[in-house]
Amino acid sequence: MSNIKHSFDDHTSTIPAIQEIPATPAAPRRMTLNMGPQHPSTHGVLRIVLELEGETIVSAAPDIGFLHTGIEKEFEQKNWQQAVTLTDRVDYLANLSNNLVYALAVEKLLQIEIPARAQWTRVMMTEFSRLNSHLVWLGTHALDIGAMTMFFYCFREREDILRIFEMFSGQRMMTSYIRPGGLALEPPRGWQQVVGKFIRAFPGKVDEYEELLNANPIWIQRTQGVGFISLEDMLDLGITGPMLRGAGLNWDIRKSEPYSSYDKFDFKVPVETSNDVWSRYRVRIQEMRESAKIITQALEGMPEGAWQADAPHVVLPDREKMKTQMESLIYHFKIVTEGYRVPAGEAYQCIEAPRGEIGYYVVSDGTSKPYRVHMRTPSFGNLQGLPKMLEGIMIADSIAALGSMDFVLGDTDR
Amino acid sequence: MNHPAVLETKEAFGETTLIVDPARIVDLCRHLKDSEKYVRLSGITAVDMHPAEPRFEVIYHLHSIEKNHRLRLKCLVSGVNPEIDSATGVWRAANWYEREVFDMFGIGFRNHPNLVRILMPIDWEGHPLRKDYPVHGYKYSYPSE
Repeated sequence: MSNIKHSFDDHTSTIPAIQEIPATPAAPRRMTLNMGPQHPSTHGVLRIVLELEGETIVSAAPDIGFLHTGIEKEFEQKNWQQAVTLTDRVDYLANLSNNLVYALAVEKLLQIEIPARAQWTRVMMTEFSRLNSHLVWLGTHALDIGAMTMFFYCFREREDILRIFEMFSGQRMMTSYIRPGGLALEPPRGWQQVVGKFIRAFPGKVDEYEELLNANPIWIQRTQGVGFISLEDMLDLGITGPMLRGAGLNWDIRKSEPYSSYDKFDFKVPVETSNDVWSRYRVRIQEMRESAKIITQALEGMPEGAWQADAPHVVLPDREKMKTQMESLIYHFKIVTEGYRVPAGEAYQCIEAPRGEIGYYVVSDGTSKPYRVHMRTPSFGNLQGLPKMLEGIMIADSIAALGSMDFVLGDTDR
Repeated sequence: MNHPAVLETKEAFGETTLIVDPARIVDLCRHLKDSEKYVRLSGITAVDMHPAEPRFEVIYHLHSIEKNHRLRLKCLVSGVNPEIDSATGVWRAANWYEREVFDMFGIGFRNHPNLVRILMPIDWEGHPLRKDYPVHGYKYSYPSE
């Protein structure tokens, strides 16, 4: 095993893929191993440079940026209305959460009131987006650890959710459904039947997942006691979301800083205390049940009325009105050519996304284009804690540990 | 906020913004974390006010879970050789956020443990989120091995 060197370096670094570090009397023989960026269990293109001592990880250095597409720069080129489509493309598993946080931030600057029906629909759709994200997480994470059936079960339900997205917005993934001023389209006729059918069956499906995993000895061995990181470290390193709730901290932005009428819904914040991969799994499973409860409440108590704000300078007019009313035609022309102007100012809006805190910091200079949009994405914040979590554990456990973080690389690199 | 580093306090949309003397930002951060319970650094970013001078605003979003309160700190940094002290000694979370600001705006952070590009390739020239950086154009070549 002397002097192994492979030369498929990427352009970002000069560290070879595998490198043996000479042993000294003080330090035993170590090896640098390049994991990713095309490793399937890194869930995207994440590269981690691991330093190993035998099979134990001594240090880990994540290398990100492979999916950087300059979305924040692009925001500055589009007008406020067009920029909604960019928010979809940040986190491709929680598109609606990104739509919502952008809409809320812009509405804060515009100071417009959103009708109750639109707010409730927003809550329902973002909870579907949470289910969607957690299902993909559970399926792929279980697949990494060796439970293949879970993948098919989870994607079966995810498909139903994507059909619901398609029914509401016309798109399965890049929905752009929640926009400043309300929704993109009126909820379609007959949505209650489709959502009702899904949500009545869903708790039974979660039982199925738990039946497969809860008493599964392989699952228990691979998750319990793996991936520990202390709560103090997590807070200091900027980790948010289910990771914190898996460590016993009862903090959920839906409860602490309610937005979009979340305060009108009755749900619990699941908290586990064992602070390992298992507790994060338990938190997400219970969050799925709570999301189903929220969707049921939205389904049963959906208010009647307008689904867009009474703000003709922001909201695109009805097509029928455009054919008969001069005013609507003028507003339409103004919005699609120049776009609406947003008063100068700055606002920070955060929501509880499936992965943690998404915060959009929006700056307007009073024109029809954003001056600056910064996205504080949960994956970027969480990934910073990865080295701390991986240090000292076995290389086989690293897959379970980093999977439990549930990051999306599009969300990290933007 | 009665701290000598705070120059001005602003309120808008229920959000508090403190304009801070950039030379004493670390003192203030240390004070806010230790005495005011702002245990979380939610993020650091910057805004380019080109061609105004001072050109850059460096923005810190802090959060206190206990008080359920958010705070925004804003430092004005000159466009000529922009530099500010690093907050990594206060919150370790500042590490990547400061690297991102360095990468995107070219603002240096003194005493940062590893101030290298994070999102762009390591040999990239220019700082993409500056307002005078072009949006269109071709500029890429892989360095030869």
